[in-house]
Amino acid sequence: MQYHTPGSFEDAIAIASFAEGVTRFLAGGTDVLVQLRADIVTPDNLIDVKHIDGVTKIEREDSGWRIGIAVSGAEMSEHPDLHNEWPGIVEAMDLVGSTQIQGRATLTGNLCNGSPAADSVPAMIAAGVSVSVAGPNGTRKVAVEDIPVAPGRTSLEKGELISAVHIPARGSDGADAYLRFIPRTEMDIAVVGCGVNLRRDGKTITEARVSLGAVAPTALLVEEAAEAIIGTALDDAALETLAAAASAACNPIDDKRGTIKFRKHVAGVLARRTAKIAYERAGASI
Amino acid sequence: MSMVHVTATVNDDEVEFLCDPRETLLDVLRDRLGLTGAKEGCGTGDCGACSVTVDGRLVCSCLMLGAEAEGKSIATVEGIADGENLHPLQEKFIEHAALQCGICTPGILVATKALLEKNPDPTETEVRYWLAGNLCRCTGYDKIIRAVMDTASDLRKAS
Repeated sequence: MQYHTPGSFEDAIAIASFAEGVTRFLAGGTDVLVQLRADIVTPDNLIDVKHIDGVTKIEREDSGWRIGIAVSGAEMSEHPDLHNEWPGIVEAMDLVGSTQIQGRATLTGNLCNGSPAADSVPAMIAAGVSVSVAGPNGTRKVAVEDIPVAPGRTSLEKGELISAVHIPARGSDGADAYLRFIPRTEMDIAVVGCGVNLRRDGKTITEARVSLGAVAPTALLVEEAAEAIIGTALDDAALETLAAAASAACNPIDDKRGTIKFRKHVAGVLARRTAKIAYERAGASI
Repeated sequence: MSMVHVTATVNDDEVEFLCDPRETLLDVLRDRLGLTGAKEGCGTGDCGACSVTVDGRLVCSCLMLGAEAEGKSIATVEGIADGENLHPLQEKFIEHAALQCGICTPGILVATKALLEKNPDPTETEVRYWLAGNLCRCTGYDKIIRAVMDTASDLRKAS
């Protein structure tokens, strides 16, 4: 295995483009090194991206945020302003692993690992987060929901890597939230995850995005669920329709962590609870 | 296989080593630097027995490559005591019998020291969440939590 420490995205792309065999990018390493040590993935080339300028910064960008690809979950949680504007994203990332894992794990890694149960991914999808994908043919902006294509697989092509995460401007009267169900209080993988981001005008919801994790091969953006609450004051009828839309969108598997029936039911329950939290955070009362 | 040359600081001492790029920081600490305080429990970041701090940040040394340590400052359990004088956390762990087999103890000491530096007055819930990534199969955690709360209280009085 060759270990590379490029100082720029251009160099990282060049190494990845011409590399033979298996290539992996290394930021926090909390997935890559587990796979390496378990002989699940044995990279021929491991490209450590942490020496690239700007990858450890959280910066303002167009009233929103630009999160460097090597920023750890702990750094996001400790940031003085990020949580105030996007508590759903920050709390979702913070749910990943232990304190030790938070010291290294990154948003970009959580996304690129391609797990359907990745906690930060539904939160980012709900928030309308996009990423810059840099590659041999230049840089393109891609919505988070278009990155995972199947469990463990992304839409990134050979030589491409994510070069930044872009969180939109929060704006007024809006908020996000993320909840997951696990059968214990810590250190577990989501059985169902749900992210909701909305904006209100008075009591009426004017914009919403709802995303579900761990209930399909990739995290879902559920437009029917968003439509169920847009134009409402999140009354009981709207919550019922939301829950039904969330349950209907699920295409889960049966496994040791949850059955299909259970996951569908919990998706509806979580959608209601998450929407209520986002609505209250946005300054509205039910 | 080309070896990687690394210069880092471990417990305030400058160290140099050559390592295989696949070697973890834990392998380097134990097998190349002779610091066997950090333990390998699971090797997958679940148990926390290999906890160290890197530039002040608590991490699992089994989930970091030795090669990544270039230029970093690493602190392990070996650096906690001041010569022959135990750190208050170590004294309290003995006083409260907060260990049995001892495999998890180095990681828990490093993790709780990092917590108390960040938050000198944690609630019991905060301590339990902070240590959620440090598994102990002997004590049932209660004595560990009591030792940490007692240390925190003593350190606050002393400061």
